[in-house]
Amino acid sequence: MTLLHLASDLLLGAGVLLVLTGAVGLHRLPEFFTRTHAASITDSAGAGLMLAGMLLRVEDGGTAVRLLLILLFLLFTSPTASHALAQAALQDGMTPLSGARERAR
Amino acid sequence: MSTLLIDIALFTILTVIGLAIARIRQLFAVAMLSGLFSLTCACIFVLQDAVDVAFTEAAVGAGMTTVLFLGALALTRSREESTPRSRSLPAMLAALATGALLIYASLDLPGFAAADAPVHRHPLTARYLQDSPSEIGIPNVVTSVLASYRGYDTFGEVVVVFTAGIAVLMLLGRGAATSVSAPARVQPLHQQNRVLRVVAKLLIPFILLFALYVQFHGDYGPGGGFQAGVIFASGLILYALVFGLDAARAVAPLAVLRGLASLGVLLYGGVGVATLLLGGAFLEYGRLGGGDALAGQHLGILLVELGVGICVTAAMILLFFSFAGRGAGRPGKTDE
Amino acid sequence: MIVTHYNYWIAMVLMMIGLYVVMSHANLVKKLIGLNVFQVAVFLLYISLGKIENGTAPILDAAFTTYSHPLPHVLILTAIVVGVATTAVGLALAVRIHEAYGTISEDEALQRDQQERDAA
Repeated sequence: MTLLHLASDLLLGAGVLLVLTGAVGLHRLPEFFTRTHAASITDSAGAGLMLAGMLLRVEDGGTAVRLLLILLFLLFTSPTASHALAQAALQDGMTPLSGARERAR
Repeated sequence: MSTLLIDIALFTILTVIGLAIARIRQLFAVAMLSGLFSLTCACIFVLQDAVDVAFTEAAVGAGMTTVLFLGALALTRSREESTPRSRSLPAMLAALATGALLIYASLDLPGFAAADAPVHRHPLTARYLQDSPSEIGIPNVVTSVLASYRGYDTFGEVVVVFTAGIAVLMLLGRGAATSVSAPARVQPLHQQNRVLRVVAKLLIPFILLFALYVQFHGDYGPGGGFQAGVIFASGLILYALVFGLDAARAVAPLAVLRGLASLGVLLYGGVGVATLLLGGAFLEYGRLGGGDALAGQHLGILLVELGVGICVTAAMILLFFSFAGRGAGRPGKTDE
Repeated sequence: MIVTHYNYWIAMVLMMIGLYVVMSHANLVKKLIGLNVFQVAVFLLYISLGKIENGTAPILDAAFTTYSHPLPHVLILTAIVVGVATTAVGLALAVRIHEAYGTISEDEALQRDQQERDAA
């Protein structure tokens, strides 16, 4: 039981750390695409790890299934949202900082 | 103690967002911040045991209102000028004076969550919480109060939503009179974007299914017609954003939407008229059961929530179509 | 005093921020956003009035005896939906004003009206 508790604590801590990293990155990184990457970490990896940590703590089966479904939904939608954001910026004419080749239409 | 910490964190976030909304001048950012404000408020509502309200605030405030603001901003300019001192100083003084008055008045209020607050000792509370299992028989007291004890207010609310749908349709329904004509008003994104297309196709059935679940489980958990209507509409809005407005219009033509919105209101009013014809008062559901008052209440609440859900779905989709279909929108690279 | 009343005071501060935005900004869409902030803060005030300590959400269950008061929840549910309805109509009016005047700033629209009245 305590091993599960410890694992859950580790996952929650890692999730919190990733959310903080995303927040710091959003503030400090120089340009739009890098900031989008940082923000997307918050949504997908940070929240995902936190949900996994919570999953290890629940006692009720129904709650566990609900948390699993939320995790699945989050894993589907958060990366897609960041992808759509970056895609819209590219389409609008923004180029990434490194001057990489422009995406052929 | 832990809830106090969460409270403090959420309230701090809320205040910072409020101040940011007041100061930032880029209106797209302000629209997103207002959606975030609603979502944080929904979290606070959950903490304060108002789960139905949190559900509705998240769906309506963080979802629908943000879409409407972004739609309006796409049709108008997105940056505002700075406020002249002549306007901001009197406004600040008035706001401060009103705030001081409110805080002075709040000193008479009972403490937060006090168990001996007058509102909890009122006989109506006992009626709602203790008598509703025997009078109406559904666990979710909010739904039973909303649909049965206070059915007239909810009828008025449905009519308000319907009226808003009609009003926006009248104001923005046809394309703009003076805009440059454009072939497709909302550019379909799927031509470049396979990821969005696939994920949308995966998610939309589940969104619609979840809307139906929320609609019919409003009796046993948080949910009901309003939340379900907004979730259903958001599924169709997702479809319109990814696959284009014309494809979405093919799925839900305007005539059908107008019919559905009217059908919702008629269903609600029709239940009332039916109870009148059966010898009772307007919206006295007990008469619908043919002797069994509890069954009549269940049937009445089911029909009435269905009417609400249908009307809200159609009205929200009409609102989105009106904003999205108006005018040419912004051309690709040129800005402002 | 602070511990028992801070919920109300924060809701009132947010209401005043929203009110300030409505009164002082000339941009119509910004005004509507401020109105939205004001509305949500009012909801916060009402819901905090209905909470009771050691209570739970008003969904009857055999395991609980104290429930939050359901009536504020019902009223605020109605208010949220009516709020989105009024916001939608307000935004539609703002869009039409923008199309008619070419600007969404209230001051500039009033100025143009004044000029047309002076010229006529």
